[in-house]
Amino acid sequence: MTDGDTPGLLASGALTPGALAPGAGLACPAPADARRGLGEDAVVLLGHGAGGRLSEELLRGVLLPAMADGGEPATAAPILEDAAVLPGGPAELVFSTDAFVVDPLFFPGGDIGSLAVHGTVNDVAMMGAEPFALALALIVEEGLPIPVLDRVARSVGRAARAAGVRVVTGDTKVVGRGSADGLYLTTTGLGRRLPGIRPSAAAARPGDEVLISGPIGLHGTTVLSTREGLGFEADIASDSRPLHTLVKALAEAVPDAVRTLRDPTRGGVAASLNEIARDSSAAAGRPVGIELDESALPVPAPVAAACEILGLDVLHVANEGCLLAFVRPDRAADALAALRSAPGGAGAGAARIGRVTDAGRVVLHTLLGSRRTVEMPTGEQLPRIC
Amino acid sequence: MKYLDEYRDPRLARRLLAELTATATRPWRIMEVCGGQTHTLVRQGIDDLLPAGIRMIHGPGCPVCVTPLEVLDRAHAIAARPGTVLTSFGDMLRVPGSHTDLLALRARGADVRPVYSPMDAVRIAAAEPDRQVVFLAVGFETTAPANALAVQLAGRLGLENFSVLVSHVLVPPAMTALLQDPDCEVQGFLAAGHVCAVMGWRAYEPIAARYRVPITVTGFEPLDLLEGILMTVRQLEEGRAEVENQYTRAVRRDGNTAAQRAVAEVFRVADRPWRGLGPIPASGLVLAPAYARFDAAERFQATETATREDPECIAGQILTGARVPTDCPAYGTRCTPRSPLGAPMVSGEGTCAAYHAAGKERTSR
Repeated sequence: MTDGDTPGLLASGALTPGALAPGAGLACPAPADARRGLGEDAVVLLGHGAGGRLSEELLRGVLLPAMADGGEPATAAPILEDAAVLPGGPAELVFSTDAFVVDPLFFPGGDIGSLAVHGTVNDVAMMGAEPFALALALIVEEGLPIPVLDRVARSVGRAARAAGVRVVTGDTKVVGRGSADGLYLTTTGLGRRLPGIRPSAAAARPGDEVLISGPIGLHGTTVLSTREGLGFEADIASDSRPLHTLVKALAEAVPDAVRTLRDPTRGGVAASLNEIARDSSAAAGRPVGIELDESALPVPAPVAAACEILGLDVLHVANEGCLLAFVRPDRAADALAALRSAPGGAGAGAARIGRVTDAGRVVLHTLLGSRRTVEMPTGEQLPRIC
Repeated sequence: MKYLDEYRDPRLARRLLAELTATATRPWRIMEVCGGQTHTLVRQGIDDLLPAGIRMIHGPGCPVCVTPLEVLDRAHAIAARPGTVLTSFGDMLRVPGSHTDLLALRARGADVRPVYSPMDAVRIAAAEPDRQVVFLAVGFETTAPANALAVQLAGRLGLENFSVLVSHVLVPPAMTALLQDPDCEVQGFLAAGHVCAVMGWRAYEPIAARYRVPITVTGFEPLDLLEGILMTVRQLEEGRAEVENQYTRAVRRDGNTAAQRAVAEVFRVADRPWRGLGPIPASGLVLAPAYARFDAAERFQATETATREDPECIAGQILTGARVPTDCPAYGTRCTPRSPLGAPMVSGEGTCAAYHAAGKERTSR
């Protein structure tokens, strides 16, 4: 830059080519380790929060090592579940927390309030637990209309009552205008483990069947379409809903047959399956992979159309109301029936979408009969050019 | 599913593949020019289903991939200026220039916004008159009409804070340049359906005749591609070299004349460098004199930062089909979508990214 009179980021010295080249996003050649791109002069990118490879690098490269016991990393690759089990007492407690930042605050099929309840209820449920209590923290930007806050708060209350959990504690902070994007919510949930079900992201084994409880891609395409006014919002609505009734149905119908549960939110089905394959491989000490049948994937027509137009892979799109269940093969049919007939209809569209292999990667059998690897998404989902 | 399922029917695909196998009596090398078609071929594994002798060569038709480094560096320099909003399509934001990319600049405070249409950039300019809004206008004939309309709209609204950094490229001159290369192995082309939807296919007729290559205007769904390949192989086997249209549901010979008029009013044809391919005569669009006031390159006179291509990247050979991504020693190791060395790994339409997303493994070291 030569415009000394109007110093920009480059010219002001805040951002110099020299400072960017090493360590920043383009540090190449670089070792494929967890600290890739996280050097001294690196900054957080939006993609670090998208649930894909960048998110994992941030977690494993910065956050987890810093909080490990005694300052030492506990293991090279800790298994990352949706929630933590707190042992002790007559019933094991399951504990999870999540922050919610969504633009727009209201969208077809839900809003930030119901999403904050469902998200944490579901994370607790994916450990095989029935949630019973929630804590709620609000960060409110100065200038937010009180009726908007009121509408969100009522939605939180309604969603919690419907899910059978109580909001028992909370906190409210107001930050100056411009410091936040309207409203952020954080929910923390507690649940009790159900008997007969001990799912873990590391427990999938070759031969297991992979089930999904309902259509995929609805939440991500709805929010994107509503935010950008793309015109699909008349046809689609977020699938945001609580899933613990499905978990309870599985626990009752096929006790001891459920190996893994995961709700494929940010990063979509692709990220969840890659994480499960990775963690299960590490736990089994041998490769664990997953084969998907493209023809069996429940993709609603408007979602497929939106993904086509935007150049998105439906397997990378976020969901908020379906779960993946890895089930022992001899009980898969019963598990599918239990999902489909669970109270409330959340699993009415359940389908068998694939199976676990010993190949170590996630592979899709395409409609045309070929195979391709399903990769972990990298960062943000960006619309393509044409 | 209407308009999608019909073009992904496994039974029809098997029938087309069987017909292709019966038709091809010897090996043929066909180039799909368009990155979108490369993406479908690789994603659906069509490459692997074709009869052994039919080889697809992936062409230079990814607008993100062929945008010169100088243009990217200039966009990055403009984005880094205070009071500027740099807008572009999402997949341009991750393309590495010599030093950085737009997402990294955004994380450090630059106002970089992905848009779905250049009209969105005009709307931002109208809504935020105290900021200079720049649209990085790249792409083939497909995106040029919308960009032309955006410039016309900005003119009608009298916006003085809107400009475009233009790096448009044209397909037929690139095909001609490839065919003039003595090492060119391409025996037939799939022409990109959406380019022809805008421009028609008249421009391809002299190419087919002069270089004796069949050209099939082809759509983007798996069955479109299989049928386009079959039509091209039929021509090759019969010794014909004509322009045929597989994509009849979207393309007419004369294209979309209203779109062509808008492009002709706002732009004029100029020589243009292509990233990885070098300069190609009369292969790009620049703003016509009547619209030169919207030229961001003129408005933000910035001395070029030194551009630097990574010497390890073989993007040029990938874009001409001389090598495939899995030949590259950096593929999947030092060069991944997470940290790309060259543009074909950045864009979802890029050949290297399409290979990587499909999990194709490196074949040589």
